[in-house]
Amino acid sequence: MTEFQHQHTAHCETGVMSTMLKHHGLDVSEAMVFGLSSGIAFAYFPFIKLNGLPLIAYRMPPRAIIKGLKKRLGLNVSFEKFTSPQKGMVALDKQLNAGNIVGLQTSVFWLPYFPDDMRFHFNAHNLIVYAKKGDNYLISDPVFEETVICPAKDLQKARFAKGALAPKGMMYYLNEKPENIHYNKAIPSAIKASVRSLTPPVPIVGIKGIHFLANKLKRLAKAMPDEKQQRLFLGHIVRMQEEIGTGGAGFRYIYASFLQEAATLTNNKLLEKASDMMTDVGDEWRNFALHTVKMCKNRSPFDEQKLADLLHTCAAEELKVWQLLKKI
Amino acid sequence: MKKDDVPQDNNRTYGGHKKVIYAVNDAGEYEKIRSTGWEAEEFVTLLAVNELNEQALAAYHRVNRGESSPLEYHMYAKRLDILGLSQATGFFQWQIKRHIKPAVFLRLSGKARHRYLDVLGLTVAEFQSIPEQAPAK
Repeated sequence: MTEFQHQHTAHCETGVMSTMLKHHGLDVSEAMVFGLSSGIAFAYFPFIKLNGLPLIAYRMPPRAIIKGLKKRLGLNVSFEKFTSPQKGMVALDKQLNAGNIVGLQTSVFWLPYFPDDMRFHFNAHNLIVYAKKGDNYLISDPVFEETVICPAKDLQKARFAKGALAPKGMMYYLNEKPENIHYNKAIPSAIKASVRSLTPPVPIVGIKGIHFLANKLKRLAKAMPDEKQQRLFLGHIVRMQEEIGTGGAGFRYIYASFLQEAATLTNNKLLEKASDMMTDVGDEWRNFALHTVKMCKNRSPFDEQKLADLLHTCAAEELKVWQLLKKI
Repeated sequence: MKKDDVPQDNNRTYGGHKKVIYAVNDAGEYEKIRSTGWEAEEFVTLLAVNELNEQALAAYHRVNRGESSPLEYHMYAKRLDILGLSQATGFFQWQIKRHIKPAVFLRLSGKARHRYLDVLGLTVAEFQSIPEQAPAK
């Protein structure tokens, strides 16, 4: 086994998979993991609430990236969940003793090395444990610049946090070196799957979901007369887009990076063009975030029409990318 | 976004850490850039954090006035709400609302109390009281 190399990435799930594959001798970037697992998405579910705010997602639900990549590349990954914390910790030590590195699903709130302002009850944070020293685990957390150390009792608490998306101690690891990737086959089928999930025949999800949210913004003052509630709702959209490990612009920049890499690997000019277009789409999302925050800050009456228009532009520009990618 | 346009705004919410942002260099190639933060992101994070802190502070004062029990304060102090606490403990929301009442809180069974201690990560002594100093807003 080679010496473990930590990697600082934008997102936890893609970061863990990229680092794990590299450790096993297969050089796959974070962006390539994101693209091959068809991780990009958009969903606005007003009826699912987290801390009183609706679910807005720019990527597939937790675990979909690991499972999507497993399927696409035919990886030999084992997943384990546990009925008791003790069993979960013993199984982790067993894998470490066997010289394996292990991916874990954890709750951000109980990880002591996180800064206070980033500690929320999010139960699907992924990290890699690569060694144990005494009563401490040595951890490669993808969203940190360097490796970190976590006491066993805290890691146990984080692995067995309860509530929505409870990890139940979930751990996963590669059993053997993965086979080389047939990019000419894997890339088109991954992109086709993303075209389907961004332009589905149903509303709420995909491009139609972006329009749905924009229409909601247009009627915001009527639906939510309290100005403080309005600010919290608008702030929530921007948080989901920028704060939650997205690499900027709700994963649109990472996807553009994937398209660029894919263009080189498969020598495909269409993907090159799609990458440039997706970068512009990302810039539109950043522009929307900037205007939203400006309006929240000034405490002036919201220009709902302007925010809705900016979001409709994001949707319209992104639709063009997916229509182009349909031709792959 | 161009590499040089990646904001480096020293967000205090990052606690000195950096985040990876994807941006293009002069040759048009994507790179992973370490960013100290974006002012717009800092604003919305603090908006959310302050809202939670305000809820904890309001609960703190209610407990001091005898209108509520420490359970309500600890719930918000640990960044949970009734729904989150319900999902984590397995209690129904109406049960938690009942447990929050001072008279019911005092009569909580050892078993029920243990479920709260486990989820909130507190000792019995911490759970039964609130800090002397009001939490920072």
